[in-house]
Formats: sequence, C-alpha cells, structure tokens
Amino acid sequence: MIPAGFEYHRPSDIASAVSILQEHGDEARVIAGGHSLIPMMKLRMADMGHLIDLQDIDALKGISLMGDTVTIGAMVTQHELITSATLANAVPIIKEAALLIADPQVRYVGTVGGNVANGDPGNDMPGLMQCLNASYELSGPDGTRTVAAREFYEAAYFTARDDEEILTRIHIPVPAAGTGYAYEKQKRKIGDYATAASAVMLRVVDGVCAEASIAMTNLADTPVFAEAASAALYGRALDDAAIGDAVSAAIEATDPVADNRGPVEFKKHVASVILRRAIDRAASRAS
Amino acid sequence: MNEQTLTPEQRAANLKGMGSSRKRVEDVRFTQGKGNYVDDIKLDGMLFGDFVRSPYAHARVVSINTEEAMKVPGVVAVLTAEDLAPLGLHWMPTLAGDKQMVLADGKVLFQGQEVAFVVAEDRYAAADAAELVEVDYEELPVVVDPFEALKSDVVLREDTVDENGNATEGAHGPRNHPNHIFTWEQGEKEATEAVLSEADVVAEEMVYYHRTHPCPLETCGSVASMDKVTGKLTLWGTFQAPHAIRTVVSLISGIAEHNIRVISPDIGGGFGNKVGAYAGYVCSVVASIVTGKPVKWVEDRMENLMSTAFARDYWMKGKIAATKDGKITGLWCHTTADHGGFDACADPTKFPAGFMNICTGSYDIPTAYLAVEGVYTNKAPGGVAYRCSFRVTEAAYFIERMIEVLAIKLNMDAAELRRINFIKKDQFPYQSALGWEYDSGDYHTAWDKALESVGYDKLRVEQAQQIEDFKAGKTRKLMGIGLTHFTEIVGAGPVKNCDILGLGMFDSCEIRIHPTGSAIARLGTISQGQGHATTFAQIIASEIGLPADDITLEEGDTDTAPYGLGTYGSRSTPVAGAATAMAARKIRAKAQMIAAYLLEVHDDDVEWDIDRFAVKGAPERFKTMKEIAFAAYNQAIPGLEPGLEAVSYYDPPNMTYPFGAYICVLDIDVDTGEADIRSFYALDDCGTRINPMIIEGQVHGGLTEALAIAMGQEIAYDEMGNVKTGTLMDFFIPTAWETPNYITDHTTTPSPHHPIGAKGVGESPNVGGVPCFSNAVHDAFRPFGLTQTHMPHDHWRIWKTANDLGLHG
Repeated sequence: MIPAGFEYHRPSDIASAVSILQEHGDEARVIAGGHSLIPMMKLRMADMGHLIDLQDIDALKGISLMGDTVTIGAMVTQHELITSATLANAVPIIKEAALLIADPQVRYVGTVGGNVANGDPGNDMPGLMQCLNASYELSGPDGTRTVAAREFYEAAYFTARDDEEILTRIHIPVPAAGTGYAYEKQKRKIGDYATAASAVMLRVVDGVCAEASIAMTNLADTPVFAEAASAALYGRALDDAAIGDAVSAAIEATDPVADNRGPVEFKKHVASVILRRAIDRAASRAS
Repeated sequence: MNEQTLTPEQRAANLKGMGSSRKRVEDVRFTQGKGNYVDDIKLDGMLFGDFVRSPYAHARVVSINTEEAMKVPGVVAVLTAEDLAPLGLHWMPTLAGDKQMVLADGKVLFQGQEVAFVVAEDRYAAADAAELVEVDYEELPVVVDPFEALKSDVVLREDTVDENGNATEGAHGPRNHPNHIFTWEQGEKEATEAVLSEADVVAEEMVYYHRTHPCPLETCGSVASMDKVTGKLTLWGTFQAPHAIRTVVSLISGIAEHNIRVISPDIGGGFGNKVGAYAGYVCSVVASIVTGKPVKWVEDRMENLMSTAFARDYWMKGKIAATKDGKITGLWCHTTADHGGFDACADPTKFPAGFMNICTGSYDIPTAYLAVEGVYTNKAPGGVAYRCSFRVTEAAYFIERMIEVLAIKLNMDAAELRRINFIKKDQFPYQSALGWEYDSGDYHTAWDKALESVGYDKLRVEQAQQIEDFKAGKTRKLMGIGLTHFTEIVGAGPVKNCDILGLGMFDSCEIRIHPTGSAIARLGTISQGQGHATTFAQIIASEIGLPADDITLEEGDTDTAPYGLGTYGSRSTPVAGAATAMAARKIRAKAQMIAAYLLEVHDDDVEWDIDRFAVKGAPERFKTMKEIAFAAYNQAIPGLEPGLEAVSYYDPPNMTYPFGAYICVLDIDVDTGEADIRSFYALDDCGTRINPMIIEGQVHGGLTEALAIAMGQEIAYDEMGNVKTGTLMDFFIPTAWETPNYITDHTTTPSPHHPIGAKGVGESPNVGGVPCFSNAVHDAFRPFGLTQTHMPHDHWRIWKTANDLGLHG
C-alpha cells in the first residue's frame, strides 16, 4: 500500500489547473477529497506522474441559491452538504443521502465533485443528481460547458468529461414546494457502498402523481435513471398497483453484478424492496 | 491522613486491589497517541523490507530475476529462497510440528505467499523495487476444498510423499493421502457408535465454522538490529510470546540465546494473530545480519488479511443421541479441518486440533467420540485461536448448534433441553468423556439467572405472537431468541501435557519492592490491550498491601522479564496471574519475619491485616508493608538477607473452566436479510473478578468480535484460490453503528486450584457470543423449518434462507 512517485501540483485557480492537465495529458489527474483516488494509487492501480490538488481553488467552494437554482461547488464536502441550511431548505434529499455516505471522518474530506465526477457506480451522488435533474459545469481549455447528470455517465469510470476538463460546479433546479422525497440505501455496514439505493422525488396534486423522478445506485455500471418507473406513477393515485408497476419498471432497468454483497437475484429483490419503501416515504412527505 | 485513623475499609480501598474498578493505567498513553508500537521504532540507518508476493494460489516458481529491482536507487538487497538456503532459513518450523517456506522454495501454495524480500533505504524504494522483481510462474491446479483435497491427484506438498508417491508419516502420525496432515481421535469410537445405534433419538448435522481472521488494529511487524561489534541481535516485534520467539530464533539461527534480546513493545491487539512466526520476522533478521543495519518490516492490511494467520475453517459433522425426554446419551463428531498450505496452527504440541475435545460443552454427556482430520489446501496457513483458547470457539459453536438441532428434533424448548443436561454443581470436579477435568461450575444458577433477567418466558410469548402476525401478513419481521451456555477451557497449561515446540507452558512473575514501599513487577506475558499493567498490580496490591498505583508493571523485554510463554488462550490470569500471587506471597512471608523482628515478637505472633502485620490480640501494634520495605533494605536483621523481592514460576495443576450464559434477541427483515440486534445479555463466570470494569470492557470487545464473525466477517476464496475479502471494505469489522448495547452480568464460582480463584475472561465473549448470535438467527426461522444454515449470517445469506423457506411468496 505504498504509491509510486508523482509530482504534486496545487494551483489556486481553475485556469491553472486546466493548463497543468493540458500539459501532462493522461499523465495527470486532479484530486479532490482523494477517497477514491488515493487507495487506487496505493494499490498501484492508478499510476500517474502528476497529481493536481484542487483544495486551494476558492472558485470550487461554496453553496448558493440563485432564483430557482442551487449551485454547489465541486470541492464542497459531504459534511458541508449535511450542515448547509440552504440545502436543508431547498433540496432536503441531499442531506438525507449524504448522511448515508461512509462515516463522519470520510464526509469531512470527501467532496461532492469527486463523488459525481469519478463515475464510480457505487457512489451515491450520481444517482441522486440524476433524480434531481442536476447539471454539471465542466471547465476545459475551450472554456466552459454544461452536461446534464442524466447524460453524463457512459460506463463505470467513463463519463462525458474530457481528460482535460475539470468538473467545477453542480446546478440543481429547486424542486417545487410540497415535493415528497426519500433516499433509501441498504448497505452491509457503515462505510460500505450500497447493496442497492434509490432516490425518489414525487409531487402529488389532487390525489394523483403530478411528477415523479426515480434513480437507483450500484445496480448497473452507471447510475440507473428509471424514466419508465417515473412514467408508471405519473397521473395515477399512488396505490399498490401503481407503485408495483413503477418498481417493476425500475428493476427492469437495472443490471447488477454479483459480488460479495450477494448474487444478482438478491440484489434485484432488495432493490425492489427499498425502492418501494422510498416511494412510500416520498409519498408520505408529499403535500 | 494518619494511617491509625483510617478504617479497615478505607485502607483496603486505598490499595485499589482485587475487586476495584481501577482505571486502566495504560490508557493515558494510548488515548493520547503516545503508545510505542513496532512501527514507531526508528533507528539510525534503519532499512525497510517489503515482500514480493505470489498472485497465484498454486504455482511453480520457474525463475526470479532481481536485476531491474536492484537498479532502483536506495535498494540494498533482494533476498530469495536461494539466499536463505545456505543459512538453512528458507524454511522455518511451525508451531504445529510442520515446516513452512520463509520464501518460495520452488513453488507457492497460497495467494499472497512470500516470494522475495526487497530491502531498501526507505519504504518507497522498497515498494518500487518489489514491483520490478520478475517472477516467472507456471500455474498448477488449485485445490481450495478440503474434502476435494483428500481425493485429489494434485499433491500440494512435495515433502509429504516418498519416491514411490506414497504419503509419508506426518508430525502427528500416519497420513492417508499426501494432502492429509493428521487425524486426531479422542474418546470412545465404538461405544459412541453403539449409543447412537440404540438411542431413542439421534440428530445429525454438518456444522461449518467458516474461515475468518483476527485482524488486529495493528498489523504484524518487526525490527531486527544485529550489532556486529557485540554480536547481539535485538528484535522488536509484534510477539504475543517474546520468550518463545527468542528461543526459536536461537534454535533456528544458531545465535546463542543470551545474544538475542526480543522486545514486544506496545501491541495493538493480537487475538492469536501474533502468536506464530512469520516470514517477515525471519527476513528482517536475515537482512539485518547480511547488511549490518537495522531492518524494519511492517505488513499492510491486505498482507495481514491474506497471509498472516487465519482462524477457524472447521467442517464439523455431528451426531447427538438422546432419550425421548431429552437426556443426552452420546456425542459424535468428525471434523475436517482446512489448514491451508502449511500446518501453522498455534496449538500445544500434543493437541493438533487444540482443545476441540472440550466439545461436550456444559453438558453431562457420558459417551463421546471426536476425530479431527487436518488437510492441506491452497489457502493461507494459520488456524490460530482468534480470541479463544485453542479451537475452543469451534467446539462451543459445534455443541451449541447441536443442542439446538436436537431441541428441534425433540420438539423441545432449547433452554429446557440445556437445563436437564447441564453438569450439576455437585459433579465438579467433573471428568468429561473426552478427557478433561472441569475444575468448578454452577451452570444451573447462571442459567436461571440469565433466563430470568431477560424475561425468557415473556420473550417466547412475544415471539409466538409475532409468528402469528407474520403468517397473517401483518409484519415482515421475524424475532429470534439466541441461547448459549458455554464452557471454556483456558490457562494452558500444565507442563506435563502442554508445551509449544517443547517449551513448557508455565508462566512467571518477578516482584521487587523498593525501599520506600513502591514496587516493580515483571512477567513472562505481554499485554496486547488486556490491561495487564492495571490488573496484575491489583493482585499484588491485595496480596502485599502496597497501593496498586505504586506498582509498575513491565512485560515483553526478554532481557529483563522472567521466562514465560506469553499471552494468548486466556492464559495470563490463570497462569501468570497465579505466578504473581505466588511471588507476592513469598514477599509477604519474608515481610512477616521482618515485622515480627521489628515488633519484637515471634513470627507466629503477627497476623496479616490488609496492608500490615499486627501483633495478634494487639492490633495497635503493627508495621505497615511500607515500613517493612524500608527496614528490609536498611536495617540489619539477624538471619535475613537484605532486600525484598521474589520470583515465581507457576506450573498450573489444571486448566481453568470459565463459563457463561448468553441470550440474544434480534429482529430479521425477511425481505432485505438485515438483522437488527435488539438486545444482548451476557452473564460471565470467570471465577474471582480482579477488575470489574476491565472485565466489562473485555466482554464488550469480545462480543463485538463475535458479532462480526457471526454476522458477516469471513476470509472467502474463489475457486482459483483468490482471496475475495482482502480489504476492510469486504472484511467486516463492526463500527459503533453496527454494535449493539450489551447488558453484562456475572456469577462468581472461583477456581479451586488457582491461588486467587481467577479463571480468565478475555476470550469468553467470543467463544459464547458467536453461537449466541448464530442461534438467534436460526431460532427466527425455526418455526418455518430451518434446522441448520451456515455463518456468516450476512444480508444475502439470511435473505437466501428466507427465500429457500418460501417466505418471499
């Protein structure tokens, strides 16, 4: 568990970080909280000559609410997500999900940007961001562009981000008042990735579902945004039949692999159970 | 305060002796990060070693090329078996009478096996160079299943066959197959089979106790420093038995024993993982001899889980016979023991399966038979006693599962079945069918207290209602009530039948009283978190009347401590604790003569009173121990040598037999497989209690390890022999979140043969906890037809049980 040697860079603005990336190409990686990258380096599974530490870049920090959009800097820690009053009011599901990530020590250092940018299907934030229809701001040599979270993930560790780009900010549309939400996660222990996790947002008007958004975590090589499941709820009363249809549609969209947590059959069953619970809880919170 | 004005109770309290919940003196440094562990040792010019390890579970090593590795700046040497062979150190003896490769000698037998040792000026250079050592492997067929191994044509060990391909004699008798290590039989085979064939009822099951790992917080490591001027080797290391290591190093290296100093500094948990000898220790010594510089080796977590000693991995086939009203008449057990590539179990020489023959447990079983068959497979060696006395946890799990299986067969309540079969109080000392003499016990009292404390009858009523509710679709939760009554066998042991590598398993204590009435005591044991410096001082305080706070404890330095066999198998209190009391009594005997002289009376006319000798019938005339200590050094006393010190080497007459009654209540989510521990009650009887707070801490720690083992912790391999659980992401260590609250309780049945009646407690909660958690899971599914399933009871296995029983609709 001793990493190979590397050059350490600590730029103080985004442009400098991008130019170091440009200079060294795939020899360089940016590091945020390091919870994914450092273990890989210690295992010598990630071997790069240049490590670009983003912690001195102030432009990557902070949480703000502008109009109907919440903007979260990539270097905001999970701990800050949990303690932000702005988020607690505007998008409370983020706190509920962040509390289920690892443990307090990890959350003091682990960042939301690292969590969404790494493309690890085990991370909780990508699925949550898809559920919330967030978009990611990317800065590169050609300037800045925005990619929807629902379009960002291509395969495990492969995303729409170019090698010379840095994910700088996350923009989240503030859900309408009265939107019900729930984040459910089953894991073997504190610090584990999900056996299955699901994020649910839904709105109920006049007894029928007016809006639904469902995403699931660690059940495929990317987060699973289950459009068909949302559609199954839309326009219907949230009764057993509707929820059953949504759950079936969501599970249909998953493609889990067997690992130490258990075989595929088990994971799909657990996913269906926790998704049902998440829908129930979100419905109970909708007003 | 004037000693004359204190009441006897105040004087006793001031000593903080036995029975006091004195705070742990070790914690001042541990909680401030001021401990001194092996990796804290830094010496001038120190080099670092790192291993090249095998990625394969079974392969021939065709060649090793170290050329590129040697070019890395800072690299000093790369050792292979070829370099060690001239010294005769390419293999080393194991504690089980086998031998083990230090570095791969032509082949590798498990994934993670040590192949080459890189020595460099810093850790980074060593790791860089280790990557560049080119090893050419030729893969061989892998055998991971012990039953398969005994039928396989694949011979793991070339030294187990003769030139005709026939299995040779092993360390413990004939082999019936090249991959067979030994078969150890105890009890009466034919008589037991006769009982089974004639019994009203026989229950039969395969009970598997899976492979796991002690995984102490601090991994294993050593620093060797060979001083070429004085010829003295100093070896710091994570050793649970420093003196034994010194003797073994002397025997295998040829360095005279007086020229070897072994030091165990602070140890961050052992749990059996640090009893054996590892390749890293040997390589650090050789590298220091070769380079003339100190060499440090410290393994990382993955290396620890993959290569240093595992625990358990016993397949225990059992048959238990009883009358139709539940009186047990016989027990039969055949165990297939997966030992991995080398037999490196830590067991006394005459016990290749440890004390597995304690498997009749707490029950009066008249006839029994046990056979244990050891097998080589392509897995890491070990088989250590993970927070238990040698194989006692396996034995307790076996019998406590078999009792439950029998209860199902008899359609009886498992608490009642235990009660009618317990060894009765008046049967002690009790001779078991498998050869042990239980020293003392009062199982019925403990059992009744436990059942009453948890409200057992009410719990069963609640459970019955919950089952009704479940069947009616009102809940998806099932309630499980886990019962266990365990009997341990600890404190190895009497030298007449207990030795390790020929070293008798006595232990020792030396006490020196200083002139001002404080003291230092040194023992042959070594604390790894048990709090010896706290508790042993309490024994001395009670025995000789000096405050525990004024007594320093030292362990772990073989140049200063008296010879002893170390700390494991809950032996410190039963053996070294006894030596401590005996040494203190020698001091008190001399103190009595000094006091009598000072008081100008006959020796027999003074009597001991808490912290002083007083004249019989005239308690106002006394000499305190403190006064006596000063006089011992500074006053000429006719017929007595100056000074006040003593040493005791204690060879215990018998083992001690702690016991306990545990009850766990949990709720299972049938749909997700999650188990929520609702409550856990642990009654321990460890004989005389030295420090109740430390006992409670030991019980909490042991129960949490038991929780881990029962509910998720395992070392799992795939069919290629790859370790699937090599990091703490997959190897379950509970955090505070997963750990339930425990309720602790006790009864006190002193050991009749121990000087202070103490039996040992550190390992009881692991021994009793594992079957208790597991029985609770089984109990939840009993109404739906489950008889036996295997640990660990992680979410997926519990879910599978529910699924197999048709509970998912």
